[in-house]
Amino acid sequence: MNRINTALEQDKKLLSIYFTAGYPSLHDTTKIIQDLEQHGVDMIEIGLPFSDPLADGPTIQESSTAALKNGMTTQLLFEQLKDIRKSVNIPLIIMGYFNPMMQYGIEAFCAKCQEIGIDGLIIPDLPVNEYHEHYQATFEKYGLINVFLITPQTSDERIRFIDDVSNGFIYMVSSASTTGAKSTFGDTQQQYFERIEALNLKNPQIVGFGISNNETFMQATKTTKGAIIGSAFIKHVTQHGTDNIGNFVKSIR
Amino acid sequence: MNYQVNEKGYYGDFGGAYIPEMLYPNVEELRTTYLDIMNEPSFKKEFDQLLRDYVGRPSPLYFAKRLSEKHNTKVYLKREDLNHTGAHKVNNTIGQILVAKRLGKNRIIAETGAGQHGVATATVCALMGVKCIVYMGEIDIKRQAPNVARMKMLGAEVRPAKSGSKTLKDATNEAIRDWINNPVDTHYIIGSAIGPHPYPDMVTRFQSIISEEIKWQLKEKEGREHPDYVVACIGGGSNAAGTYYHFLEEPSVGIIAVEAAGKGIHSGESAATSQLGKEGIIHGCKTLLMQTPDGQITEPYSISAGLDYPGVGPLHSHLYKTARGEFYSVTDDDAMAAGLELSQLEGIIPAIESSHALAIFNDKKFRPEDVVVISLSGRGDKDLDTYIDYFKL
Repeated sequence: MNRINTALEQDKKLLSIYFTAGYPSLHDTTKIIQDLEQHGVDMIEIGLPFSDPLADGPTIQESSTAALKNGMTTQLLFEQLKDIRKSVNIPLIIMGYFNPMMQYGIEAFCAKCQEIGIDGLIIPDLPVNEYHEHYQATFEKYGLINVFLITPQTSDERIRFIDDVSNGFIYMVSSASTTGAKSTFGDTQQQYFERIEALNLKNPQIVGFGISNNETFMQATKTTKGAIIGSAFIKHVTQHGTDNIGNFVKSIR
Repeated sequence: MNYQVNEKGYYGDFGGAYIPEMLYPNVEELRTTYLDIMNEPSFKKEFDQLLRDYVGRPSPLYFAKRLSEKHNTKVYLKREDLNHTGAHKVNNTIGQILVAKRLGKNRIIAETGAGQHGVATATVCALMGVKCIVYMGEIDIKRQAPNVARMKMLGAEVRPAKSGSKTLKDATNEAIRDWINNPVDTHYIIGSAIGPHPYPDMVTRFQSIISEEIKWQLKEKEGREHPDYVVACIGGGSNAAGTYYHFLEEPSVGIIAVEAAGKGIHSGESAATSQLGKEGIIHGCKTLLMQTPDGQITEPYSISAGLDYPGVGPLHSHLYKTARGEFYSVTDDDAMAAGLELSQLEGIIPAIESSHALAIFNDKKFRPEDVVVISLSGRGDKDLDTYIDYFKL
């Protein structure tokens, strides 16, 4: 069974953390992953940096630019992760844009993920219909779960299609925004959460975008399976380095 | 061979809509409505009337006698430089503002590199009384001060793109991010034949007025609708797409695309995408683009600010791959010389973008009886500083 599915079966709200590989320093990748697991994080999204991250706000953009400047490449990330399964058990997801994966070769990329023990992918600019038509067979051949985003603007009909194609969880973008935009969970979000809950989807939902502290984590997970924190964590390592990741995780729950 | 976009948004292997889910409702709304809107009689009437009375169309098809003598062939110039705002860009912004109105959008965003598309967008927003925000790379804002001033005078807000390389591609990223953050009231007017489907097709259709006019104008002058060649410069490729459109399925018409080689194709400072690019995804579409082996998008270079885009529209990638189009690349130096030549032979100072198309005579030998139509996509006023620096005027 895929580690993502196993994690989703646990009777608790999942905390997932995103970080940009190669940031703040080129070789922080394995230390960040190990520390996050050690401090009780349930799932990790490893950001493969891209020069033109369309769906990201300034914090993740800047960390991506810095990571690329530090020398991060797809090849290097795979090398850094080569032994990661000797020390880490929680699900690992690579999150990145489609172009670098295309250049590596989709089949080669998926094969490498399987070899390392990557459980899933999140590719914001690979739309569900393109995936379904051209890539789903390849992803599944290598045991990878592909995770799709939905937003408050996504229609019920399309959410049902995404639910059909998905076999892990659905990434619920909390509001119409890029990552890291300041977000409060007001009436609009409440209605959105209620609408999704009422759809009774087969895949659990994990909320992302705008989760930055205990309060927003609790709100986001009231009716969902978990929440993802990205920009707030990047800000933490920018300010405090990678030595007290535990404090950040503790502050969330 | 078919050169029209198919129902899935592809030209052969290129195109599609590789967009984050946040943009899906907007792009889908546009995809399902743009053709119906464009075909409404009231839309056509308003569009045609504005092109005629406001833009000043039809733009002349001018027989360039002295240029023809010099190169021993028959050269016609399609005078898009005479349009209001000084370039072909306004054909598309007029069309898109009318689409935006019919979709009930009251806030317009746009990206701009040199500022021509920004000015053309600010112009139509002023005309329609709609709020306009133009994203422009921080570096370009410094390089193109007069166009920034024009946009401001027209009532637009110019927002600096401070991410990445701080130029056109980053301005485009910022405009896309704005659209993600404002999904309900905003329409994004993309300025070139790029972006997710249906943008390349929509922009091409609005620009296709160029080749539509060439056909009847040439019939009047030469007694035939089809030239032997149509020639246009390509950055993203909107003036080229419009110049080729009505000749794509007509094999007797040769299609010539001229890219900016910058300081030379292999100099590391170039924008010759068909030569240097590889298939990939940029700004929501699968096309040829300049990138590192690792798939990071690189920064192109050309002396012409309107040609230094790292990708090329999906229609053009298809024309290149199928060899329907002949692709050439012209260096800064050759383009500048061609601009000077046109100025002194015909009394027309071209935009440096168009100067690239005019430099085709170095690479391609035409027969004396050939009818060659070159798209003079813009006028050179905006480039005067560059010409002054280059020629020490």
